[in-house]
Amino acid sequence: MFKIRQAQLLAPGIKRFVIEAPRIAHKQKPGQFVILRINEPGERIPLTIESSDPVEGTISIVVQAVGKTTHLLHSLGDGDFLADVVGPLGKPSEIERFGTVVVVGGGVGTAMAYPTAAAMKRAGNRVISIIGARNKELVLLEKEMGAVSDILLVTTDDGSYAEKGFVTDKLRDLMQAGTHIDLVLAVGPVVMMRAVAELTREAHIRTVVSLNPIMIDGTGMCGGCRVLVDGKKSEFACVDGPEFDAHRVNFDVLVQRNAMYHEAERLSMEEFIRERAAQGERAHNDAEEQCAVLQGGKR
Amino acid sequence: MTQPAARSANPLTLKERMKVPRQLMPEQDAALRSQTFTEVNLGYSAELARQEALRCLECAKATCVQTCPVGVKVKEFVQLIVAGDFAGAAAKIREDNVLPAITGRVCPQEDHCEAGCKLGKTKNVRPLGIGYLERFVADYEQRMGIRHLPKVPPTGKKVAVVGSGPSGLTVAGDLAQRGHKVRVFEALHELGGVLVYGIPEFRLPKQIIREQLDYLRDMGVEFETDVVVGRTVTIDELMGEEGYDVVFIGTGAGSPQFMGIPGEHLNGVYSANEFLTRINLMKAYQFPRYDEPMVDLHGKDVAVIGGGNTALDAIRSALRLGARKAYVVYRRSETEMPARIEEVHHAQQEGVEFHMLTNPVEFLSDGKGWLAGARCVRMELGEPDASGRRRPVPIAGSEFELPLSVVVIAVGTSANPIVQSTTPGLATDKRGYIQADSTTQRTSRKGVFAGGDIVTGSATVILAMGAGRRAAKSIHEYLTSGIWEVPAA
Repeated sequence: MFKIRQAQLLAPGIKRFVIEAPRIAHKQKPGQFVILRINEPGERIPLTIESSDPVEGTISIVVQAVGKTTHLLHSLGDGDFLADVVGPLGKPSEIERFGTVVVVGGGVGTAMAYPTAAAMKRAGNRVISIIGARNKELVLLEKEMGAVSDILLVTTDDGSYAEKGFVTDKLRDLMQAGTHIDLVLAVGPVVMMRAVAELTREAHIRTVVSLNPIMIDGTGMCGGCRVLVDGKKSEFACVDGPEFDAHRVNFDVLVQRNAMYHEAERLSMEEFIRERAAQGERAHNDAEEQCAVLQGGKR
Repeated sequence: MTQPAARSANPLTLKERMKVPRQLMPEQDAALRSQTFTEVNLGYSAELARQEALRCLECAKATCVQTCPVGVKVKEFVQLIVAGDFAGAAAKIREDNVLPAITGRVCPQEDHCEAGCKLGKTKNVRPLGIGYLERFVADYEQRMGIRHLPKVPPTGKKVAVVGSGPSGLTVAGDLAQRGHKVRVFEALHELGGVLVYGIPEFRLPKQIIREQLDYLRDMGVEFETDVVVGRTVTIDELMGEEGYDVVFIGTGAGSPQFMGIPGEHLNGVYSANEFLTRINLMKAYQFPRYDEPMVDLHGKDVAVIGGGNTALDAIRSALRLGARKAYVVYRRSETEMPARIEEVHHAQQEGVEFHMLTNPVEFLSDGKGWLAGARCVRMELGEPDASGRRRPVPIAGSEFELPLSVVVIAVGTSANPIVQSTTPGLATDKRGYIQADSTTQRTSRKGVFAGGDIVTGSATVILAMGAGRRAAKSIHEYLTSGIWEVPAA
């Protein structure tokens, strides 16, 4: 069992969880992830580690509520327990003195890009960060990213904050302005990462993306997270990744495989909403029963 | 013919014993069981067990013992069954095998003890049902709550076991029996390794594994889940900060192999490991009560590619999850199939169809990213290859299409690199498996032993247990003597 030390709302639908996991906190490096399982009937989901504190024995993750599992996670708070947290998994980011590194973070991907951006800065790189979100409220870690970047550019899709547009627009501007770029790191929705890869491909700029495909064990055992690279080779995001050379990845296959359980995910979410509604009703009559439900997560 | 031992409780003469037919294993009706995950084999009654045990010829030179990878004293435990001392029989097995309820169910006895049985050498006489008898005494022991706990004083030595599969559990049990402090680290959230994520409920109920684990706990073995050794903690850290005297690596074969043919990334194409893990470990067939989803197999046509036990476990699971057609597609013929004979028979009874000498060359898309079928080619057997089996060769112009919704690829595994790549000085072979001496299981690193699939490549539960047993013996020698011999590489 892993205790949630602190749960904090960062933006609507986005929470940071600080979890007591001393072994992981001791070993975590930027770019690595954990797999967590909330309770016995729960699924295993991979989540990138935002930061860790070896002294406190804690790690933090930033989670957007999307499906059933992440919504259930959002319903937990300080002092609640998670059944399983395993990691740190995957290869750490390759941190070197590359020169100028552009870090592109889309949505909650910004929180995942943050530890690598910080490490790149520490390694002596010139870091230009581009972070984007749908609207003002969803812009994440602006202050933190600013602190580790030489230049920070912010975009919102609706123009409610900073500049209206997409992160790729800013990247294109940089490239067109003749900015010398040695490496691009892009973390965010698959469509965003694909767009970044397409932009940099022609310019032959080395580009790294952090992939988050369907995954179960996270140790190379199941092969569910296989990514098609170089047109025909299978690599596993959990052991060969999660970071890949963006120009080698077949993003169409990634999108298609990530959609494999959309229908099941929808059903699961509907069921979850029904359960929660029923729980709310019962809570008026039987507070004790609801308490058991929250702890066990069943029915 | 050898004479029975003088002390034998067996009232039958050798000739009479040969005339007793092998007692059949009671099993669930094939039509019923193909709909459920409850265990196929129901187990001998005490009466059936004694009747079967009476068939033992009690050979002076017990070849059944020599052919057992862990050296279970078959003759002695069978004699105890004849004498009606079932608890004594269980204790006798436990001297050499700490997981009898598991091996009694999943061991390919026809390749080991029963292959050595003299009864089977006679025309029209079947070998003694040693596996069935082992299962009977193990279940008896569990039902009666009997425990044979170590009586030796603690040695103060600490052993870390990496992986809670068959080799690791064997090492843990054997060393706990010798008074060493053992802690087992498991990467997944449940203990048991392949016994839990790989082998389905209908062949090895999870309850049996839990009981065997409780037995090990009672012996003093400690377990820690959610630890990926190599990532969460390294071998060096275990032997340094954490103070372990010895580490045993039993991480299993690991990574699934794919075929490298077009269409392998289509939705609906699973590795056997993923397919079985979703079902066995994550209970995806109980979705949405359990959160992990899988493709709904009801009314779908499903094929497994491969001919091993994993392939049969996968396809028989598919049948139980409502598949309309369940095919085994195997590139060699039935004789070369590595699966246990009993599983092949069970699968046939349940309605699995076998496409022998057939190999897929491409998986076909429905145009929307989902699998629609497989283009297959017929094969014929040519000259024997490195494995000694005749190499299958495609027959030109024999291609045909098999309509399918789901394909499960069970063509083997390759070495999982996590431990090897994070342990400096640990020698591996060119395929990435850990090099370990075949008698002592010692690796190139002092104090580090390895066994099971991570050394040999994918094999069976009992062979992994055999390696665990050899490792435990040599770990004990090393812990007692302090002498480390460099293996001959």
